[in-house]
Amino acid sequence: MDIELQFRVQTLLSRYVQTIDDDQLETWPDFFTEQGRYLVTNAENFDQGLPIGLMYATSRPMLRDRIRSLRDANVYEAQRYRHVISPPLLSPSDGGIVRAQTNFMVARVMHTGETMLFATGRYEDRVLVEGDEIHFAEKIVVLDSRQIDTLLAIPL
Amino acid sequence: MTMQTVEKHWPAEGLTRVPYWIYFDRETYDLEQEKLFRGPTWNFLCLEAELPGPNTYRRSSIGEMPVVVTRDANGELHAFENRCAHRGALLCLHERGEAKDISCVYHNWTYDLAGNLTGVAFRRGIGGKGGMPPDAKPDSQGPRKLRLETMAGLVFGTFSPETPPLEEYIGPEITAKIRRVMRAPVKLLGGFSQMLNNNWKLYFENVKDTYHASLLHTFFTTFRLNRLSQKGGVVINEAGGSHISFSMAEDVAGKEYEQAKMRSAQEGFVLEAPQLLQSVDEFGDGVGLQILTVFPNFVLQQIRNSLAVRRIVPMGPDKTELVWTAFGFTTDDEDMAERRLRQANLMGPAGFISMEDGAATGFVQRAVDSAKDYQSVVEMGGSSVVSDESRVTEASVRGFWKQYRATMAM
Repeated sequence: MDIELQFRVQTLLSRYVQTIDDDQLETWPDFFTEQGRYLVTNAENFDQGLPIGLMYATSRPMLRDRIRSLRDANVYEAQRYRHVISPPLLSPSDGGIVRAQTNFMVARVMHTGETMLFATGRYEDRVLVEGDEIHFAEKIVVLDSRQIDTLLAIPL
Repeated sequence: MTMQTVEKHWPAEGLTRVPYWIYFDRETYDLEQEKLFRGPTWNFLCLEAELPGPNTYRRSSIGEMPVVVTRDANGELHAFENRCAHRGALLCLHERGEAKDISCVYHNWTYDLAGNLTGVAFRRGIGGKGGMPPDAKPDSQGPRKLRLETMAGLVFGTFSPETPPLEEYIGPEITAKIRRVMRAPVKLLGGFSQMLNNNWKLYFENVKDTYHASLLHTFFTTFRLNRLSQKGGVVINEAGGSHISFSMAEDVAGKEYEQAKMRSAQEGFVLEAPQLLQSVDEFGDGVGLQILTVFPNFVLQQIRNSLAVRRIVPMGPDKTELVWTAFGFTTDDEDMAERRLRQANLMGPAGFISMEDGAATGFVQRAVDSAKDYQSVVEMGGSSVVSDESRVTEASVRGFWKQYRATMAM
């Protein structure tokens, strides 16, 4: 049981959700490797091996385009998230990659104050650890429900 | 939601006005279930590919009514109400599955996959006691059956004997455009549901509203991709409620793309990863965008190589479930498969292009709820309901109301 590794992955995830919740979206892509993969899907698709995503990126540039579009192009009512996450469950893998599964619940808070439990699910992550550097090589957001209320603007 | 008594008359101007009460009036909503969804209309139920083999079923709906769609042992499709003949319980409790027959969990009454009652538990009692009277007709309140027709891998159902054949109902022009997109055996890519906090008609109008496309969906203009909105047009069927809007595509690979990228870069806005939009003319006609609707609940989307069906499910006067199912073809190579997944970023509840539709329709619902005596103004492109080469028109929205009013006898 590598306690230091557990702590490092846990800290990565805490910083990840804090970055999104604090609206520091411009630094969101930096959590990923250069060719990092990000997919938002639901358990129904995931369990059946159906590949579609609500959001899908295979590189940091694609992630930056997503944020750019949110800031400069897309129209959506002002809102923020509040993530609550579990400690990650780690399992070994090869080549400096650690697999991590983390549960999450996300509240969406509209500018009106209206708050709802917007999304629950788990992160299925492949984390690349290279010395001091630690990034997501892949993050798959598996939503428990196929239902999305109104729209999904901010990444999860 | 306010409970209001509403003076329900259509404005004298006709199709260029929509009275706001129609988006929240409970009585109208209930009447729609009976006269429209369960009336002489073809309702999209599911893709044939969602019933992958014999003895499979899946749940769907006609308006709010839950229905079951099945493929029997011989491969034939059936659909019927998801309601037991006995005490009215739901028959199918799972979204999809495999089954040779269907049993109600409550009292174990059984049905075949065509919805015929085949077994009543303890019908003749036990040991000569109990059971049903000999002249009982336990299937008298049986689940109502739908008439089904399929077109190009799409399954439609109707409850009304008056509904004309599907091709006649949709019309030849729109039928041809359905077949255009559904060009090969379907391969499912997955799905999700978008829960809209608005009346179903607001969403359907939004899909038909070709005027809003380049104005609300600023992804195109911000990233200087307005080449995607090229020549095109709007085609509306005779009944008015089914349509396509389409536009030609520029080939974004090669020299033109480089020039476009450079121009965008000079103006400060550029996609860092323009391969998002890299597409292939898989239909061979240069049309890069085709949005197609069939009255009252169906959308077929082609956005470059991103293909999907959307089924509109009313869940109350101010709530709608939009069921998205993305698909490709069994003939797709690896590049096309990956391309479809990348371009799916454009569509759906998180779509670069489409996310705003969820927001805008909600904005309308919230503002009109207190404006029962006021009306929408629908005059772009005049007052007609005819096909047009310009997409700066609301003709297709007026077409929807033409068929709606005819079906509802308003």
